[in-house]
Amino acid sequence: MSVANPAIIDERMRSRSPLQRLLSRPEVGSLVGAVVVLVFFVIVAPVILQPASFATVLYGASTIGIMAVGVSLLMIGGEFDLSTGVAVISSALTASLFSWYFVLNVWVGVGLALLVSLGIGFLNGWILTKTKLPSFIVTLATFLMLTGLNLGLTRLVGGAVASPTISDMDGFSVAKAIFAATFKIGGVDIQITVLFWIVLVAVASWILLRTKIGNWIFAVGGDAEAARAVGVPVAKTKIGLFMGVGFCAWLLGMHNLFAFDAVQSGEGVGNEFLYIIAAVIGGCLLTGGYGSAIGGAIGAFIFGMANKGIVYAQWNPDWFKFFLGLMLLLATLVNLVVKRRAERK
Amino acid sequence: MVAGCSSTGGRPQPNANGAAGPAVNTPRITIALVSHSGAGDTFWDIVRRGAEEAAAKDNVNLLYTADDDGPRQAQLIQQAIDQKVSGIAVTLAKPDALKSVLANAKAANIPVVVINSGESVAKSLGAQAYFGADDKVAGNAVGDKLLAEGYSHPICVIHEQGNVGLEDRCAGVKAKVPATEVLYVPGKDMTQVSSTITSKLQATPTADVVIGLGAPFTLTALKAVEATGSKAKVASFDLNSELAQQIKDGKIIFTVDQQPWLQGYMAVEYFWQQLRGGFSLGGGQPVLTGPAIVDKDNVDAVLKFAKDGIR
Repeated sequence: MSVANPAIIDERMRSRSPLQRLLSRPEVGSLVGAVVVLVFFVIVAPVILQPASFATVLYGASTIGIMAVGVSLLMIGGEFDLSTGVAVISSALTASLFSWYFVLNVWVGVGLALLVSLGIGFLNGWILTKTKLPSFIVTLATFLMLTGLNLGLTRLVGGAVASPTISDMDGFSVAKAIFAATFKIGGVDIQITVLFWIVLVAVASWILLRTKIGNWIFAVGGDAEAARAVGVPVAKTKIGLFMGVGFCAWLLGMHNLFAFDAVQSGEGVGNEFLYIIAAVIGGCLLTGGYGSAIGGAIGAFIFGMANKGIVYAQWNPDWFKFFLGLMLLLATLVNLVVKRRAERK
Repeated sequence: MVAGCSSTGGRPQPNANGAAGPAVNTPRITIALVSHSGAGDTFWDIVRRGAEEAAAKDNVNLLYTADDDGPRQAQLIQQAIDQKVSGIAVTLAKPDALKSVLANAKAANIPVVVINSGESVAKSLGAQAYFGADDKVAGNAVGDKLLAEGYSHPICVIHEQGNVGLEDRCAGVKAKVPATEVLYVPGKDMTQVSSTITSKLQATPTADVVIGLGAPFTLTALKAVEATGSKAKVASFDLNSELAQQIKDGKIIFTVDQQPWLQGYMAVEYFWQQLRGGFSLGGGQPVLTGPAIVDKDNVDAVLKFAKDGIR
């Protein structure tokens, strides 16, 4: 026989001010970081504010950002993927070598590459959920196998370590006009990858925040067993997330192929870390269950600014990796502080 | 026509070109070629082809291995010594890492030749011969040609930070054209190569020529230059068929070829010549395979071979 004391309200039910709600968003720390980095480079290298320069920064950010979308969602779902860097090249090589060898319209290759990319994602997720092995091991194995396949198959099919040129084949010009297009906004050339990036972030945010699947993703990343107990299809969600990464890899792979025509089979190694860095700077937790697609995009944007800003500032690039590491550390610390503050209030 | 087929381009129809057997009847020997190539490097693909063709002709069993990590390259050389091969060809991009393993080769009485890089230390580490280009000399050649054609502000694009040979090339250019600027780009990611070159061009409107140090990177630089509308021209080191085509089309002004096919070929041929007649090529002096400048005047003679993957 207890009477609820109206003065004590469950803290979960307490209404929060808009400011508090903003501060508890995962991407807030990285947003602060992005503003700081931007202001910094505007001071040391004002040329970065020129529209054309800014378009270049956006292009550099978008080629990281496209993958960071898929990788962010995957990390919110509690897994990560080491095979993403070479998977981009695998996709480009599949489209190029297949069309070339069988002398097909390049669109046939583009379609096959999509199937292969989704297939790689499916395989990653399926092995992971079947064996219960950590994603670190499974995707490390995929990374190694893809690296070898990229090299081995390219030489086997094309006779060299770079894919043969397909720019003279049917369908190339149309595919180039789509995957490697540039369009003008206010007289400035913008690469289509920027548009792909924005669309992907919007779609991913919508899935995360407005759909049932979004809830599943947060749930499997937070606590897979609890999620399973309330009826969330854990295996399907994880496999779907890996296939989402595969889709992003295909999109970026097609851009690589049609922007540069030939693909070198040894490329892509190491980029998987850049995608993970972008997601982490953007507030995704390595332990899963927390983060946002927008955050990954801001992380990629910070990376793009730092990467290009050092060139605009005419600095010695020997130090670039050092700055990147420092930024990663600072951004994650800011995230941590902002998150703790938001939780305390 | 089958639906989905391309009416142009693609794989050339295979023709029966009869595989060539060995052209000599000297005893079969085993030669190891251990390079510092990274995986999937187009340049080293040509070197390897040269070595393979010489091996096929000279009745040689060729063992090709590569690792871009110095200590691991040393282990590969040690493995070749363990297999008691008749000769080892190595690249000395990281000579300090290979010093002790080359002493092992000497102790095992296995002759060593150096190709491609490490000309200055080859002799002191016990190598019998050197086949390759001098990167500084090549850089100087580019600098001279740029000066002669009236260029004054080159951007030299290095796609692998810390690679001594690439640094030497740009230093060689800079020695002739003092305003030369060096730009580092991440060579493992073409989109980043492209956007970094673009940002450099935007930051440096006075640049009048961009120099790529490898054919795929130069081709990307060319696209970046065209996209930014910069008035800069493009020059290059090394060669592939696409690059040769662009020189023919007047898009790229010239390239400096170090003739990598020849480096691989000579590595094998040297040991065979020794077996055949005790010959010593180069008389103990370095045998240079470059610089050979390819521009619009002589590109026609090169283009066909570039398409075959030889130049």
